[in-house]
Amino acid sequence: MADPAKRVGLFVTCLVDLIRPSVGFAAVKLLEDAGCTVAVPPQSCCGQPAFNSGDRRSARAIAEQVIEAFAPYDYVVAPSGSCAGMLKAHYPELFHGDPNWLPRADALAAKTHELISFLVDVLGVTRVDASLEGSATYHDSCSGLRELGVRVQPRRLLGTVRGLTLTEMRDPDVCCGFGGTFCVKYPDISNAIVAKKAANVAASGAGMLIAGDLGCLMNMAGKLQRDGSAIEVRHVAEVLAGMTAEPAIGAPPRREPGPRP
Amino acid sequence: MTHAATSPRFKENAKAALADPDLQNALKFVEVNFIARRREVADKLPEFDALRDAARDIKNHTLAHLDLYLEAYEKKVTAAGGHVHYAVTAHDANEIILGICKALGARTATKGKSMVAEEIGLNDYLEANGVVPIETDLGEYIIQLRHEMPSHIIAPAVHLTKAQVEADFRRVHTHLPADRNLVEPTSLLGEARAVLREKFLAADVGITGANFLVAETGSSIIVTNEGNGDLTQTLPKAHIVIASIEKLVPTLEDASQLLRVLARSATGQEMSVYTTLSTGPRRPDDPDGPLEYHVVILDNGRSSMLGGDFADMLRCIRCGACMNHCPVYHAIGGHAYGWVYPGPMGAVLTPSLIGVGEGGNLPNASTFCGRCEAVCPMKIPLPGMMRHWREREFERHLSPAAQRYGLALWAFFAKRPWLYRGTTRLAMAALALVGRGRGRLSWLPFGGGWTKHRDFPSPQGPTFQARWKARARQ
Repeated sequence: MADPAKRVGLFVTCLVDLIRPSVGFAAVKLLEDAGCTVAVPPQSCCGQPAFNSGDRRSARAIAEQVIEAFAPYDYVVAPSGSCAGMLKAHYPELFHGDPNWLPRADALAAKTHELISFLVDVLGVTRVDASLEGSATYHDSCSGLRELGVRVQPRRLLGTVRGLTLTEMRDPDVCCGFGGTFCVKYPDISNAIVAKKAANVAASGAGMLIAGDLGCLMNMAGKLQRDGSAIEVRHVAEVLAGMTAEPAIGAPPRREPGPRP
Repeated sequence: MTHAATSPRFKENAKAALADPDLQNALKFVEVNFIARRREVADKLPEFDALRDAARDIKNHTLAHLDLYLEAYEKKVTAAGGHVHYAVTAHDANEIILGICKALGARTATKGKSMVAEEIGLNDYLEANGVVPIETDLGEYIIQLRHEMPSHIIAPAVHLTKAQVEADFRRVHTHLPADRNLVEPTSLLGEARAVLREKFLAADVGITGANFLVAETGSSIIVTNEGNGDLTQTLPKAHIVIASIEKLVPTLEDASQLLRVLARSATGQEMSVYTTLSTGPRRPDDPDGPLEYHVVILDNGRSSMLGGDFADMLRCIRCGACMNHCPVYHAIGGHAYGWVYPGPMGAVLTPSLIGVGEGGNLPNASTFCGRCEAVCPMKIPLPGMMRHWREREFERHLSPAAQRYGLALWAFFAKRPWLYRGTTRLAMAALALVGRGRGRLSWLPFGGGWTKHRDFPSPQGPTFQARWKARARQ
């Protein structure tokens, strides 16, 4: 008998939900292609902005609701290392010493994964059916890299995209300066950091920048575009799902060829 | 007489630092050299990570039994003919050190590099009371000439370019020919060495810090790359060690384990050039050495960190790896942090020592990228502790009001997914309409912090959840 399909609760993340739903649909496609059934329970945010601003009480209230909403699924998967890291690494910390909630937080943490590492490490996906002509460079977002060990998995799958060449930039593992609320609390420092990142991206010679966290991507895209760069910026899920018809992050809508009405 | 903190003006400090071309030039050294050198020696040592675990365990054990080890240490120092003094506050430490200097009729004191001496403002205190302190570490010597604080805990003058140092030497060393050649960095080193040699010989007292205090033997250990510490502590009549309570380790074996991670993490050396152990004053058969040996052990708030949220910080061995790997430090350097300890370790320690009211900016000015924790030889959870400070700040309503209200408004919706879904659906549709055509926005209501330096991608339109619901209905 075949394995029953793995039931995945997709934690869309608030940024993907609000700014770039196409990343969510790319995640759904990748998960479904790998044999999962995907559900999207009502959700808002993982609570990280509150947690990192010292507002533990709000963070807990949000976390409790996430824990309940995602209890029914075999896995919780997020197209973000940062939000997955919040659920996996920090929810148990939030409920430390709470006999009611800690076991539930631990259970959620144990079944939560960042999307690409879930595909590779848990589902054993070794290749994707996608093509994209051009060269790209991959930025390691901090939480995914250092909290969850996401580094080789996206590169491995990107390596199977037909027509795509990966070029490493200098310091791909150095922070882009986003840092959640950091980028608006300390805009000048954040700008200095993202300026270095943008220079490294440009120096790689790649025509596209790919990463796995929309916050970082918006930060880097925003800087590149303010500087007048033509480098396209995309979430790794869109590239792996072959869903690159949507304009890149911050890019103007494509004009359809042919006669216009 | 500790230094006045400019940490409350962190943002202004940072702005000035970002606009300072000399500083920006000098900072490249940290970002490029320190990181590459550490990487190289860490990669060469397969057991490096295991050593970090061992180092962490040694300090945790010591801190859990600190009272016992302090007593054992004091007994050994006393048996070797030295004196141990306990200082509860910075002022106490300054008084004790001045008292020793006065009893010896000291007029000058040479100093090895010591961050604890910076913490207590020792130089200013001695100077105000008739004892001239002379820094003998090259970096410390340079910043003393400039009346500055260190900008880095192991490379105090790393914020300066060679040209700036040359200008300072020409300004101060007026007894030397004005047309001398100082093009090569080694010529600056040679000049400092010649000037300092006289001071070493004339000093009445030598003051050093300590990297470790060894309970087993009563020894203090310092590491240097210039040998200045040896001259400082060997030549004068008295050697005074100023060290904080967490420098204790149980045995020489423990100290040697910690030394293996210290230099590798700090400068990327396998060992520092000089590792010097001092145990008591000169013995009858010793050819040289100080006649008196004093150890001033400083608490200054540290004992209240034991057992609390910030206890892990007491493991710190002051290698500087956290700041060497910090993107914020790379951008603004150490002075912007506004007090003695910069970078991630300073962001945790400074509020502990001067209060979160004064130092509250520092734990906030982090992207939580986690690189500091990843390289810390003592595996100190620096971002986690910075978050603890943010919690304290939030609980005491010290964080900016606009930030708190914004957060409360956001949390109100985030706690109610149904309401959130409805509200955001409308908001995103509106934003998408505004950004339509160009694909991005150059200005956002309440988003000036973002759009000052970057564009904001316009939303694709309906939210994911709205689209998903529509898809499910089909």
